[in-house]
Amino acid sequence: MAYERYERQMLLPEIGEEGQERLRAARVLVVGVGGLGTPISLYLSGAGVGRLGLVDDDTVGLTNLHRQVLYTEADVKKPKVRVAVEKLKALNHEVEVDTYDFRLTQENAADIVGRYDMVVDACDNYATRYVLNDVCAAQGKPYVYGAIEGFCGQVAVFCRTAGSKTYRDLYPDEAAFRRMPSPFKGVVGMTAAVVGCVQAHEVLKMVCGYGDVLDGRLWTVDLRTMQSYVIDL
Amino acid sequence: MKVWLNGKEVETAATSLTLLTEELDLPVEGVAVAVNNRMVPRSQWADYVLTEGVHIVIIKAACGG
Repeated sequence: MAYERYERQMLLPEIGEEGQERLRAARVLVVGVGGLGTPISLYLSGAGVGRLGLVDDDTVGLTNLHRQVLYTEADVKKPKVRVAVEKLKALNHEVEVDTYDFRLTQENAADIVGRYDMVVDACDNYATRYVLNDVCAAQGKPYVYGAIEGFCGQVAVFCRTAGSKTYRDLYPDEAAFRRMPSPFKGVVGMTAAVVGCVQAHEVLKMVCGYGDVLDGRLWTVDLRTMQSYVIDL
Repeated sequence: MKVWLNGKEVETAATSLTLLTEELDLPVEGVAVAVNNRMVPRSQWADYVLTEGVHIVIIKAACGG
């Protein structure tokens, strides 16, 4: 295997040749290829994750481009997963990319999640997060949660082991969350970039086995003040 | 009593987390509260006694991606 492209990360003792082999063997599902999914899929492809699954039923819109830097003006109206797979393969042809151009639902989630080692949440609604959480808990797959609004973001890792905290420990009241009004859509691209990169790096930590994973801990950041917390759930 | 709220020192008359959320006029749904870097479930807010100098963080739920 040509390792030259990974040289700078393999120089890190936390990764090395063994970590790189583990990355090549890893299968990671990314749910949503929008603001968070853009940095997540780009950096995981760059890092040499062996297989990536991308789920998104959306097409590229002009209002996406300020933060979804996978896409360009020429991609507007094209299906996101179709454009994303081309961009990611151009970045790193060694990565196998599976695409699912439909929504993740209660009905199809178990089958799709079952094909991967862990799931990165880059979706844009509460309902999908509860579905993802429950399927990951049932299958014992790490669920790398991330969400953004405005200048703020949060990341946590759930469902990593049988005793792990879940999304329901953070937000127990699913019915109340389903009732919540449509979320405010304002966001700067940098919020998605920062939060998505933190999620992607939690994947690296778990695959290569270094650092302190945000297992049952919620990291929050407000980019206006740069105030940041790590909270035990 | 002085407590720390999202990194700022504030004066409060509230003696419990529930009273504090009312004093701050926080929405009933869509927020989580941590005290001294540990999440406090909503079911415990009413009985959670605030003490001088505790660090409280209000986390607003978000669902964007």
